[in-house]
Amino acid sequence: MNKALELKSIHKVFNKGTVNEKVALNGLSIELDPGDFVTIIGGNGAGKSTMLNAIAGVWPVDSGNIIVNGEDITMLPEHKRAVYLGRVFQDPMTGTAATMDIEENMALAYRRGRKRTLKRGLTKEERDLFREKLSTLDLGLEDRMTTKVGLLSGGQRQAVTLLMASLKKPELLLLDEHTAALDPKTAAKVLEISDQIINEYHLTAMMVTHNMKDAIVHGNRLIMMNEGRIIYDVRGEEKKNLHVKDLLAKFEEVSGTEFANDRMMLS
Amino acid sequence: MVQYFSSLDPSTLIKAFPGSIAQGMVWGVLALGVYITFRILDFADLTVDGSIAFGAAVCVMLIRAGITPVVATLISFMAGMVAGIITGLLTTLLGIPGILASILTQISLYSVNLHVMGQSNRPVSVDNYPLVVSLRYITGSTATSVLFFAGMIVFLILLICILYNFFGTEIGAAIRATGCNPNMARAQGINTGYIKVLTLGIANGLVGLSGALYSQFSGAADVNMGRGAIVIGLAAVIIGEVIFGKFASKRKAAFAWTMAAVICGSVIYYMVYQLVLWLKFPSEDMKLLTAVVVAAFLAIPYLKEKSSVKKGVAKHE
Repeated sequence: MNKALELKSIHKVFNKGTVNEKVALNGLSIELDPGDFVTIIGGNGAGKSTMLNAIAGVWPVDSGNIIVNGEDITMLPEHKRAVYLGRVFQDPMTGTAATMDIEENMALAYRRGRKRTLKRGLTKEERDLFREKLSTLDLGLEDRMTTKVGLLSGGQRQAVTLLMASLKKPELLLLDEHTAALDPKTAAKVLEISDQIINEYHLTAMMVTHNMKDAIVHGNRLIMMNEGRIIYDVRGEEKKNLHVKDLLAKFEEVSGTEFANDRMMLS
Repeated sequence: MVQYFSSLDPSTLIKAFPGSIAQGMVWGVLALGVYITFRILDFADLTVDGSIAFGAAVCVMLIRAGITPVVATLISFMAGMVAGIITGLLTTLLGIPGILASILTQISLYSVNLHVMGQSNRPVSVDNYPLVVSLRYITGSTATSVLFFAGMIVFLILLICILYNFFGTEIGAAIRATGCNPNMARAQGINTGYIKVLTLGIANGLVGLSGALYSQFSGAADVNMGRGAIVIGLAAVIIGEVIFGKFASKRKAAFAWTMAAVICGSVIYYMVYQLVLWLKFPSEDMKLLTAVVVAAFLAIPYLKEKSSVKKGVAKHE
């Protein structure tokens, strides 16, 4: 059976040859089994989001290979990788088209990976399907399908984006701090929806988070990153029994620095 | 003062209005093109100034070469499309910033148009050719005038229907998504580069079509006829939105109504233009006036937001 994802010694340097040179990914390697739900933590600039962007193809990597379900996608442009990937971003504005209706946004996502033609952009059958899917969110959005997404709250938008990411089952779901911009209550709800969707569709997922408790509670595997590579990888029972203080200690032990991030300490 | 007012003759204004309305309809096609790039694709496309003259030049030369005016007009659509596609390729394939890419196309079209026409101006007379549109149809008998306006309205409604349906297709939705949020579009597997090229092609096709109609309407193609066309197009879009925007957005098929509003904006622009000329405003200052009006209306939403932010801050204190 193929691995859901293989990253083979990925390197990425930003602003090469300038004073702002920054090694973002430094020989990053990881393998994900199908159905893995990996939470990713690490300090600022550790390479968490950079890893997700490398997989999504926002820019090309300097070296290494990205293999999704046996297919090497390293050289594919961003829009061609979309076939394999569902993505939800930190900024709720990023994942949806604000000036378009909820149903139109979902119709766009429903065509992910398909050639777009002069057929109708949204059919009646699809509308029924979207209504049914939206009702599972329990946010009352199924009655507001022609509302412009821009009028929704951040939490609602993230919920819709999650649903969109799963409409066409992706090989890999990438969640990039998708609850960081939400208030705690909404964040909890969106996380609950994330769990629900990942379980229901048996998705392989990666979730970057700043919240250590969330990282421990959610998923079956946890990785910690520092300076562009993975410094700690734990799964199963061992992960479940982790505490925030264990993670802090681990970080100091491996990286030799304090986990100096207020957001993480407070959460 | 009295002398000024007594020198104004309302009948000349009223007589001139049908011509302005017709000109507004012809330029309304260009305004739709500008609406598509500026509002839907979110791309400030200055190709327009060149592609309207290109459409006109191609059309006039083809008609003079004996091609049926209808066919020549349709070929001008394609000529405009090529101009738009070039701008699109300059920005997507070669990475030239959009606005600069469009200026490069525009400036190169100036030379191209001179080559197409062989000189800077080429007339095409309704006496010699069965033109699709002409000012003479309006100034002629009532019958030809009615026929002209009826035909023009049917054509514009047809155009709106085609565009409305097109933007409801999968490709149309991809264009709207690309304009609204290119990151999201790419995440949904949309090739935003291809979409940009395609949209610029379609928009400039409309501009070329508008140029073809305008050259026949006015009886000549001129290499300078596109100077400031983008600003007139923007003025039409803005006037349409300001006056009919609320009305259009509340309706079913709001997008179709918005396009109709843009065409009305163009008609109103030319009616006001006529009015201002009639009031003896110096004609050499018209472009300045247009630019000021467009700048003011583009600034309004920004200034409104800024002042509401200030008020919000004041409340918190």
